[in-house]
Amino acid sequence: MPTPVFRLGAVVALAALAAAGCSSEAGLPGEPKSGTIAPAYGDTLIEASIGNVSSLIPNITSDASSREVGDFMYNGLVTLGRDLEILPELATSWTFSKDCLTLDFQLHQGVKWHDGAPFTADDVVFTWEATMHPKTPSAYKADFDAVERVEALGPHAVRVTYKRPHARALLSWAMTMLPRHLLDPYVKAGKIREAPQNWSAPVGTGPYRFKEMKSGEKIVVVANQDYFKGRPHISRIVYRIIPSQATIFLELKARGVDVASLTALQYKRQTEYPAFEKAYQKFRYPSSGYTYFGFNLKDPRFADRRVRLAFAHAINKQELLDGVVMGLGREATGPFRPGHWANNSAVKGIPYDPPRAATLLAEAGWRTRNADGLLVKDGKPFTFELMTNQGNDERRKIAEIIQASLRELGVGVEIRILEWAAFLKEHIKKRPVRYDAVILGWATAADPDQYVIWHSSQVGPDELNHISYINPEADALLEAGRTTCHQADRVTFYHRLHQVLADDQPVVFLYWRDALPAIASRIHGIEPGPAGIRWNFQGWFVPKHLHRYTAG
Amino acid sequence: MLAYALRRLLLAMPLLLGITFVSFAVIHLAPGDPVELQTGDMSMQQSAQAYQELRKLYGLDQPLHVQYWNWLTRIVRLDFGRSFAPDGRPVLNKIAERLPITLMLNLVEMIIILVLAVPIGILSATRQYSLFDKVTTVFVFVGFATPDFWLALLLMILFGVQLDWLPVSGLRSLNWEYLSFWGRQWDFLSHLALPILVATFGGLAGFSRYMRQSMLEAIRQDYIQSARAKGLAERVVIGKHALRNAMLPIVTVLGLSLPGLIGGSVIVESIFAIPGMGQLMVQSVFQRDYPVIMGNLVIVSVLTLLANLAADLSYGLVDPRIRLAGRRGRR
Repeated sequence: MPTPVFRLGAVVALAALAAAGCSSEAGLPGEPKSGTIAPAYGDTLIEASIGNVSSLIPNITSDASSREVGDFMYNGLVTLGRDLEILPELATSWTFSKDCLTLDFQLHQGVKWHDGAPFTADDVVFTWEATMHPKTPSAYKADFDAVERVEALGPHAVRVTYKRPHARALLSWAMTMLPRHLLDPYVKAGKIREAPQNWSAPVGTGPYRFKEMKSGEKIVVVANQDYFKGRPHISRIVYRIIPSQATIFLELKARGVDVASLTALQYKRQTEYPAFEKAYQKFRYPSSGYTYFGFNLKDPRFADRRVRLAFAHAINKQELLDGVVMGLGREATGPFRPGHWANNSAVKGIPYDPPRAATLLAEAGWRTRNADGLLVKDGKPFTFELMTNQGNDERRKIAEIIQASLRELGVGVEIRILEWAAFLKEHIKKRPVRYDAVILGWATAADPDQYVIWHSSQVGPDELNHISYINPEADALLEAGRTTCHQADRVTFYHRLHQVLADDQPVVFLYWRDALPAIASRIHGIEPGPAGIRWNFQGWFVPKHLHRYTAG
Repeated sequence: MLAYALRRLLLAMPLLLGITFVSFAVIHLAPGDPVELQTGDMSMQQSAQAYQELRKLYGLDQPLHVQYWNWLTRIVRLDFGRSFAPDGRPVLNKIAERLPITLMLNLVEMIIILVLAVPIGILSATRQYSLFDKVTTVFVFVGFATPDFWLALLLMILFGVQLDWLPVSGLRSLNWEYLSFWGRQWDFLSHLALPILVATFGGLAGFSRYMRQSMLEAIRQDYIQSARAKGLAERVVIGKHALRNAMLPIVTVLGLSLPGLIGGSVIVESIFAIPGMGQLMVQSVFQRDYPVIMGNLVIVSVLTLLANLAADLSYGLVDPRIRLAGRRGRR
């Protein structure tokens, strides 16, 4: 029987008093909270999201909000741990065959779907069938491309057979598992989107079960008492949809939400007062996205490596970081996240060195300047158009800083900002591409395979190697990295790839933005690491005396 | 008059057809299609096969006139189709979810604006150039010039964060289900107070200036002078004779703003996290969700045509000159 949930006013006062009295136990942000405080059950966590949730079946969506909500209600066979290592979830163990072509999973026994039906190996087979069904609109088919078949060897054992060795094999099974007994008819009819699972009654095996959804407003999930890993401590999660970053920040200050991502400005300047620091913990770690200054490598000016290196030397990365994200980021030396096992920490960034830049450009044939101060070669001044997408303040600032830096060098830059869909369709996806240079970013995944971005076979229209990078050594490393299942080998290949890309500078790697979440200080159990903070949200709890919302 | 109305309704059909055709063509002219945005938005997990499959599902692989024809034959059966978004829900459901709150907000806003604008207009006209007139003029123009989002954020900071009198955003509190009936109404009201305040402040200028202008014209007429000469109280002169005539243009403008009732301001909705029509429409455009965009266009077009007709007819009802002129002309 749920006890009435109290309106904020009275409880704020009580909680503030309680928190004030317990400040010695609160600890410092980022420290693992264990030992001194006993985990308690109860309370509600209120999250906020800018994007609307488009579907409750994560396998057929690609937006981040839907996936976050999906994480509450579903499980995969494996999941990611704090240091981006692969941990068992619905599977208890797995083994690869020597040739990397067969992967066997042992599954947990006694796991139940939210409607009480048992989870078995057949559901795993179904999930694969559903994702690969020609009428299922899933963006994840490519992930299972190398799978030849999936068979259940028993109610709790699954064998996946691969056509060729596929390094991402294991991680691809972090995909959310779907129930055959509810979705089979819809998938076979090609109407998976019309299933109640998609909108009104999602059924998963996850730590939280669906309670209600008000479209565009909120989604409420409640703790799954029968969760196979033990009931999560926080009883309820309310996922609010608030499409404005400014409003989310105000709600945070008014204590209407408990978790929010801060912008650099908010983190550094607007949250440094005592009341906020008492009520919230702030975290800072490299996010999975990096921004780059890319070139159309089919343009003969940019095909010359010296020109690209010159540009890299001409940009002061630290100044860029300070100016654009107030220093809350790290310089990028390559395409792998700092802290990730594929990142080669021995690779150095390109230092800020304008004289060296000028020398390199001179070597490439850009020696004389014209009356406007621009470098000239074969009678043509060095000017180009730098494009980026509308609505992204960071990229606009970066473009301006690059424009200023290159002007000093004698290179003229014209900035052009376009609406995203038009930019994508008309300039990036077409071949030949219709841009000189761009400011864009990549969101990297937990698996470091970036074949689709850098391999020379991926230069076709609509494919992701839009800069047209062709390097046989990189090709070999990319192929090797994705076709072995031995971790030690992969480390070698990707470390070498990192060095190759850093030396070659097909793009100027700029920076990795920091993720800057703020979480109510009553939430304990948070352990930040390379995977961020959400990897163990099932273990978060609120000590009894700090409970703010009671909901049975 | 009936004949007139029927004729107008008949003419509206081809007009509606033309509107849908032009709209359909224009939306498809915009670069980018919904499938690209869903499967291949520069994410590393796209696949060409998924792309083709989705195009077929949406019927995007057909030539444009075939797509339009398919859409048209379904619309006349009142089948608005399903959204292209991953939720795949019927378009009517998506619109029906959001329409009530938008309608309610707009209606309340319109009523408040009328209730305030008419007296302001009348008083400004009768006391032209007085202190009242000057102050209200400045006031309404400040309201008109102030950006919604700026005002909204300021009010949210003041009332929501610093004073904690009103909620910052959303439609309902978290404990809404546990409140009593009156508790719920009060909760709803407190959530809508700021959005309505912001919207009304900006919208006051239009109507109050119309009212003022039209009142000024009415007062200068000869019949007002004769009414005063007859010895009628000023109250009656202004309130009965002048006002009735001054209201005519207002009625017309009111009729024409009816279709706007179902459109929401995406800025106000986004800032206050209100799931209304404005957000739905803007998101659909950005995602190239053609069924939803077209569905909304059809509804708005039909409403506009009907509202125009209603405004014209009501003008005839309210203004005896028009009514009688028609009758006299037939003899």
